[in-house]
Amino acid sequence: MKSARTPLARALMGAACAIVAFSAPAAAEDLVIGLDSEATSIDPHFHNLGPNNQLGFMMFDRLANPDERQNFKPGLAVSWKPIDSTTWEFKLREGVKFHDGSDFNADDVICTFERAPNVPNSPAGFGTYIKGKTFEKIDDFTVHVKTEAPYPVMVNDLGNVAIISNETGCNGTTEAFNSGEAAAGTGPYKFAEYVPGDRIVLEANPDYWGEKPIWDKVTLKPIKSGPSRVAALLAGDVDIINGVPTTDIETLKGRDNVALSQGVSNRVIYLHLDHFRENSPFVKANGGGDIKNPLQDLRVRQAISKAISRELIRDRVMEGLAIPAGQLLPEGFFGVSENLKAEAYDVEGAKALLAEAGLPDGFELTIHGPNDRYLNDAKIAEAIAQMLTRAGIKTAVETMPRSVYFTRASTGADGLPEFSLILVGWGAGSGEASSPLRALIASFDNDKGMGTANRGRYSNPEVDKLIEDALSEVDDEKRAGLLAKATEVAIGDLAIIPIHYQVNTWASRKGLKYIPRTDEYTVAYGVLKD
Amino acid sequence: MSVFILRRLLQSALVMVAMAMIVFFGVHLVGDPVYMFVTPDMDQQDIENVTRALGLDRPIWEQFWLFIANALSGNLGQSFIFGEPALGLIIQRMPATLELAFAALLMAVVIGIPLGLYAGLYPDSLASRTIMAGSIVGFSLPTFWVGIMMIMVFAVMLGWLPSTGRGDTVDVFGIQLSFLTLDGLRHLALPALNLALLKISLVIRLTRAGTREAMLQDYIKFARAKGLSRSRIVGVHLLKNILIPVVTVLGLEFGSLIAFSVVTETIFAWPGMGKLLIESIQQLDRPIIVAYLMMIVFLFVVINLVVDILYSVLDPRVRLGDRGQ
Amino acid sequence: MASTETPAGGAAPVRPALDTPFRRFLSDFTDSRLAVLAAILLVTIIILAVFAPWLAPQNPYDLAVVSIFDARLPPGSQSMDGVTFWLGTDGAGRDLLSAIIYGLRISLSVGVASAIIALTVGMIVGLLAAYAGGRIEGLIMRIVDIQLSLPAVLIALILLAILGKGIDKIIIALVIAQWAYYARTVRASALVERRREYVEAAACLGLSHARIVFRHILPNCIAPLIVVGTVQTAHAIALEATLSFLGVGLPQTEPSLGLLISNGFEYMLSGKYWIAVFPGVALLITIVTINIVGDQLRDVLNPRLQK
Repeated sequence: MKSARTPLARALMGAACAIVAFSAPAAAEDLVIGLDSEATSIDPHFHNLGPNNQLGFMMFDRLANPDERQNFKPGLAVSWKPIDSTTWEFKLREGVKFHDGSDFNADDVICTFERAPNVPNSPAGFGTYIKGKTFEKIDDFTVHVKTEAPYPVMVNDLGNVAIISNETGCNGTTEAFNSGEAAAGTGPYKFAEYVPGDRIVLEANPDYWGEKPIWDKVTLKPIKSGPSRVAALLAGDVDIINGVPTTDIETLKGRDNVALSQGVSNRVIYLHLDHFRENSPFVKANGGGDIKNPLQDLRVRQAISKAISRELIRDRVMEGLAIPAGQLLPEGFFGVSENLKAEAYDVEGAKALLAEAGLPDGFELTIHGPNDRYLNDAKIAEAIAQMLTRAGIKTAVETMPRSVYFTRASTGADGLPEFSLILVGWGAGSGEASSPLRALIASFDNDKGMGTANRGRYSNPEVDKLIEDALSEVDDEKRAGLLAKATEVAIGDLAIIPIHYQVNTWASRKGLKYIPRTDEYTVAYGVLKD
Repeated sequence: MSVFILRRLLQSALVMVAMAMIVFFGVHLVGDPVYMFVTPDMDQQDIENVTRALGLDRPIWEQFWLFIANALSGNLGQSFIFGEPALGLIIQRMPATLELAFAALLMAVVIGIPLGLYAGLYPDSLASRTIMAGSIVGFSLPTFWVGIMMIMVFAVMLGWLPSTGRGDTVDVFGIQLSFLTLDGLRHLALPALNLALLKISLVIRLTRAGTREAMLQDYIKFARAKGLSRSRIVGVHLLKNILIPVVTVLGLEFGSLIAFSVVTETIFAWPGMGKLLIESIQQLDRPIIVAYLMMIVFLFVVINLVVDILYSVLDPRVRLGDRGQ
Repeated sequence: MASTETPAGGAAPVRPALDTPFRRFLSDFTDSRLAVLAAILLVTIIILAVFAPWLAPQNPYDLAVVSIFDARLPPGSQSMDGVTFWLGTDGAGRDLLSAIIYGLRISLSVGVASAIIALTVGMIVGLLAAYAGGRIEGLIMRIVDIQLSLPAVLIALILLAILGKGIDKIIIALVIAQWAYYARTVRASALVERRREYVEAAACLGLSHARIVFRHILPNCIAPLIVVGTVQTAHAIALEATLSFLGVGLPQTEPSLGLLISNGFEYMLSGKYWIAVFPGVALLITIVTINIVGDQLRDVLNPRLQK
């Protein structure tokens, strides 16, 4: 049995093989990509950070490589399967060479997982994915991974870690990676030049085992300001950009020399509410007096959800670049519910629910949000405040840079979440529903690593049980069912209020197109010629 | 004079220590950087590990003493984000910023002084009034607004110049320089002009004011009476005297050029240390913020000293020494 | 404020008065038609800002009035309720004309408040330095030097990163960033005055320090202070706009002109020119008029003034 984790992945695996056979020799061509963020290091284990992982995707392979829908496809492992309840067996790909010419085998895998959690000075490494697992080399092309309890999401974890060479990489310092000395991977592109702040240059790896790279030279240029990035594309300085500001999409559509590629991401934008305090700091009675936290009342939460027009936010704030959300992940992802739809806008219904909850005149509330983290985050918060105010809940807005916001939202009030109603986003890194369920919905529990981002401290034993069951269920279909059920109960209780799924846009010069990725990454092998 | 310099050096050292304290403790009031770096699915244990790895679990005083001890041996801390020495990262990007700042300074002098001279010599002509009105507008325009307008006009609409980045560089003694290649010059033009705009206005106004005042002074009248040619009066006597305030102010303004390069570098994606600073502020990379500010203070201390000495060379009336003694 | 304080003696000792000092000041000031025009414009802007709640068509901060339905409408459009948006609306659905008038109010109050406080602080410190001399002066001027070494935009940036957003906070940041300019100016002119014979004479007469400082030295520093004050007010307004552009200035819900521009900045390439252009024009006019008036004041109040 080939053990790709989802039915869709199995189907796509066949397609992937077909594409490999199709790849045509390309004429010498360069590609310049303008990015909204900059990798902080060439070392793929230095920081588990979007821009770094994105770069790592081009230079390195993982045991299993996530495709554009985050389905794990065979990478340096050709297959994986559980051989008993606590052991996974990975069969490795033969005949693969690193960029430095050395051969790939099990030693590289073993040393990678030894190094990845232990990089000196790393601000946040890959230990999360590796702890609790022991790696054992069986032969040159077989590796066993053991855990103490059954661990169904093994490949989702290991698929995050770039495999480096035991000859050069494993003993290499971060500086040695940055200079290129240790930066040998097996990926489709190899390191050529790194000028911090200005550019990273990659060259094609003609010996790549998979689909051959079509670009001879790829230059990644960080241009953080949105309008500047668009200007660089229009001026012809770059071939393709990511993170197109929503405001510019209409104009770009009107240009003959620009092509747009769009796709939904794994990121849900949602509201978290204070479930745990009797007196919530940013909830006041009309006129400013104290009030028993109305957010603990399901009817009030429903009123808030109904008062928000997700269509209007999509059309007016996001310029169409959002999909109204009814749960934690968009349709098509593993473990989502088929029964949940986005809440319809119903301001009268909201007022009625408020009256029913004993608050016919509403109350006062402050919504907090970041202003530099998600697409149009501050504007979304402002739009929600307007809508809530119209439904009778007098809402003020306070937005702040993420450097201040997330600390305060997580631990600002003596180790507890500081705010009453917050706008946040969650991208499911693992590409399935257990990620948001564990982090956002499960009861906050330090020791178990549950509810780590549960900033509303929602707690429901029924949901906790369902999540726990799902996390140890090895059967895919049953696990998907449990995850969907947990989502339904949690959303029925409005543990969080989903707003929308973000839709991302890439813009390129005419003649190019980008295969949109749900993980929002921009990778050179996703840029195709028409 | 050497006593004076010694005193100034001592004072400067004190200043550096005081600044180190203010900046270090100030920056530590802002947010918790750990939350900037961890991925959201990490649990508390992971977060504590990161906190320990970055040395943020220690009491602030201990962190400060560590910082001072390291600073004395030339190490201003490791960047959280890049994992490399903060000072090294800044120095790595310093040539780009200095190149930009010097280019702007040069533009300010080359454009500003002739225009200011003209406006000062012929204060009532239409051209002078236009120059002065222009200088007020130049003074008033916010840098960021002008920057994006320049990109709009020269890069997008006209397509004459590239919009962002630094272009090809040449390696001179290990330092990357743009102005030696045509591509680099093209990349340099817009950001340098953007940065220079404020200073051009400043130089025009200083030169004009200096010229107008100097023309009434006895030594100019005397030179005229002696029958010296107008070009010699302007070129030698006048220029020498008005250069004093211009040199002083430009010297002092050099710091502000470097500061405003934060804005310019952000818009033009110029890979200098200003861009590094603003990104470090956004990402709470404290060691870089502290190291950057320490360096700016250091730079200023040096510039100030140099300006003081230059001043005494240019204007013998100014004597170095502590006044009031 | 300039016109009321000048007669106290700003220009009087320098030249013999032809008429009353105030009338002479007026006739000098009106020499330049540009300056008169600027002064009139500036007064209009101040009136608009002060009486914004009565003059603006909409209260752009009232979330019950502003509707996201009306976002990004071009100039001249009608709202759902039939109100005309003469300058269009911004990304949050605010009437741009109202937002600009209210933004003016915020920008001006930030600029003026920070200038007045910084002027007061700087004046006291500068006078102290000039009059006390010796070690105190050395210390103060060192601090001033450090302060000026760290460019205003940097100081404000760091301070706001620490303090957070808000009008009070940006005023604090601007005061801290700018007081040193006033201190340096006051000290420079006070030093000149201190050496004058009349001050020495006053000291010989045994007049109190306070009397010498406030009756004799201070009035002679007022002219340069006014000039620096106007320039710094304009500078404060521009600085606030820059800080907002860098994302640390004022909260989104009550935007100043600077914040309106940086919001509009996103729309620069999208053809929705009005969101960025109109607030930009308003800001430009404000700063330019202040600077022109300040320029003329400089020429009128003290032709020998250098800085």
